[in-house]
Amino acid sequence: MSNTVLELRGITKIFPGVKALNKVQFNLREGEIHALMGENGAGKSTFIKVIMGVHQAEEGEMYLNGEKVNFKSTRDAQKAGIAAIYQHVTAYPHLTAAENIFIGHLKMRFGIVQWKEMYEEADRLLSELNADFDSHALMGNLSVAQQQMVEIAKALSLNARIIIMDEPTAALTKRESEELYRIALKLRDEGVAIIFISHRFEDMYALASRVTVFRDAQYIGTYNVDEITNADLIKAMVGREINDLFPKPQVELGEELLRVENLCRTGYFKDVSFSVRKGEILGLTGLVGARRTEVVQTIYGVEKLKSGKIFWEGKEVKVRNPSEAMKMGIGLLPENRQIEGLILDWGIGRNITLTELNSYVRGLFLDEKKENETSKELAERVDTKAVSVFDKASSLSGGNQQKVVVAKALGSDFKLLILDEPTKGVDVGAKAAIYEIMGELALAGYGIIMISSEMPEILGMSDRIIVMCEGRVTGELSREEATQEKILALAMDKQTSTTEGGAES
Amino acid sequence: MATKSGRTISSVREFSAKSLLIRWEFLLILIFAGVNIMNISLSPYYLDAYNLFTNINGFLTKALVALPMAYILLLGEIDLSVGGNVCLSATVLGVVYNASGNIWLGILAAIAVGTLCGALNGLILTKFSELAPMIVTLATNIIFRGLSERILGDGSTGGMQKIEWFTQLYYGRVGNMVPYLFIIFCVLALVFGLVMHKTVLGRQMFAIGENSKAAEYAGIKVQRIRMLVYTLAGLICGITAVFYCSWMGSVKSNACEGYELEAISMCVLGGISTAGGKGTFTGAFIAIFIVGLLRYGLNLINLSGQTIRIILGALLIAVVLYPTIRDAIKNRKKAIK
Repeated sequence: MSNTVLELRGITKIFPGVKALNKVQFNLREGEIHALMGENGAGKSTFIKVIMGVHQAEEGEMYLNGEKVNFKSTRDAQKAGIAAIYQHVTAYPHLTAAENIFIGHLKMRFGIVQWKEMYEEADRLLSELNADFDSHALMGNLSVAQQQMVEIAKALSLNARIIIMDEPTAALTKRESEELYRIALKLRDEGVAIIFISHRFEDMYALASRVTVFRDAQYIGTYNVDEITNADLIKAMVGREINDLFPKPQVELGEELLRVENLCRTGYFKDVSFSVRKGEILGLTGLVGARRTEVVQTIYGVEKLKSGKIFWEGKEVKVRNPSEAMKMGIGLLPENRQIEGLILDWGIGRNITLTELNSYVRGLFLDEKKENETSKELAERVDTKAVSVFDKASSLSGGNQQKVVVAKALGSDFKLLILDEPTKGVDVGAKAAIYEIMGELALAGYGIIMISSEMPEILGMSDRIIVMCEGRVTGELSREEATQEKILALAMDKQTSTTEGGAES
Repeated sequence: MATKSGRTISSVREFSAKSLLIRWEFLLILIFAGVNIMNISLSPYYLDAYNLFTNINGFLTKALVALPMAYILLLGEIDLSVGGNVCLSATVLGVVYNASGNIWLGILAAIAVGTLCGALNGLILTKFSELAPMIVTLATNIIFRGLSERILGDGSTGGMQKIEWFTQLYYGRVGNMVPYLFIIFCVLALVFGLVMHKTVLGRQMFAIGENSKAAEYAGIKVQRIRMLVYTLAGLICGITAVFYCSWMGSVKSNACEGYELEAISMCVLGGISTAGGKGTFTGAFIAIFIVGLLRYGLNLINLSGQTIRIILGALLIAVVLYPTIRDAIKNRKKAIK
């Protein structure tokens, strides 16, 4: 058995209001490709950032080649021979490939940058990777796959012995992915250890010898890839006792509220059709990059539609901006609640009343007393943990911030609520409360669209589930027929998209 | 709804004398008092009311522009074109008056041109919302002033002082004491303050300044409000031009240079953050008088204009540093605890 090059034990990372990692462990051997898998929000990215010194763990130790290390910054990690290639390439598009490779460690002699040497070295590294472009190419002109090659070359120029790839194939076509496999295998054969994060099972089977699974910020287990079945792996990733967490009431479905037909936005999604009825909770799921958020943003009028039709209560409508959507009766609780949903520096009361300011006007001016009383009632209705309506939104935990966003929506006369990842970054207690509120809203006749990447909540709360993959609806499942396996299969249903170019066409 | 914890939330703001004392407006009042005490000790004539109003009138034309500037800063934006706008509007007033012989036509033209110039800023900035207001209004400032130069060349336009009632707009006083301009300014300031703090529009402007994304998601028509505010700034520029003409009686193409920076300094000193979303109109109102009277006082001791600028500049830096220093002190206290 080969040596362990990197080991982490008992790593705990706490962000305000949420435990992002809870005593996780990990072990990486020399010359192996080790897959790291888990649902969105399982803690993979945080874990990588702890290794790279971006975040400092509250608890736990990290050993590099048997020696205890403590990285304070990415620079420390790089010096120790660890490099990360992130999901979204963070490069300088206006610089050349060579400049991107050597940025941060320019070759200098007597204080003068050695350009010639650098370009030669960059060309050598790129040709080792069989790149089809040279080091003078501008980063911004390269494809995502080519940019990743530059990032890999950068890792090599730093003499990295451990390379972390965070969902590198997410934005690649099938052919480009295969090229990446080739490079990864070549690096492995040269003794580089690779941590490979991916949602794609095919990536794992093609590359990894072992796989570690995280779930809900916890370590679940490490398995040999050729010994674990697909089903067991999915169970490890998503399975848990979920029955009691989801108080989904039986609701008599009413008439249709919203129907969309063949929605299309160039470069994002196409041919998206579905409908929601009164009292129905429609789950909208898929992996990162499935374009679910973009679809609902278009329905809400934040983004423009290229083609397709939206019907509201049977009549075709055009939604040009959020204010029109709200007037019709559609409320959106955005995924990015700290940026789109709340004004963090304001008290929760003002946040709650922001959407319906006109209803607090008496004469010419705002009636702040009425405002405060109404917002107090709404905040209490969703059981927000706060002392007064003047508490700043930023002082609340993630779950309670979400409750404030819900309270804000309840203050308006909505008929349909779109909840985009309503429990993202929310701890279990607040999650249960949010599910309970959703159930009660459905009982009260609200239609609900819930976007979620979390399998249990999709299965637990939805009447019907729409699965998307790369901008297309790949399937619709009823509550009865839905299983995790079926959803995952649909969510990774890439056959048409990789050959036809998917939503880009 | 939901499993009730029985928790109740207070809807009454707790009053604390301490929080009132560390408020910026309180500090401004102290500074205002300080400036006045300084001025009184410098000149026995300072408190002579007639004299004082003469001097206040002198900076109120600039201060008019500071009113809408407060809104623009509140949105987290900036308008560097107000100086050029007032100059162009005043130029148009003079030219139209001289061509038609009708001062009313001149006044109307000036207000129309000012409003249009503001609307132009608004149009560019809302149609191309990715553009930085600083750059766009810097450019339009050059354009407005350039137009004025095209019209006037090296010369000037004037003759407005021949009309007695027009001159009285600036020089006239109620009861031979309180200038019309002072009354008009105070009424306008009151309206601006009430709109900012008491109305839906004001709250929406605060929201946009804090977080325009969240404001948009909350159904606020962000671009429409931006357009409105820039146009309003233009309108006030037009009105300012009328008072400027009444005051000076003639216009050259370098008129009102630096109005934009003066207006911005007044607002920032008043505690309106250039980052948007923070500040009170009361603060801006007090700051307008601090800047104006401080300048007057420094004039009294015969300091040169340049020295006065240095002092005002230093004051401004101290002001923008204040929150940083206050937070640092707060944090140190926390750390000790």
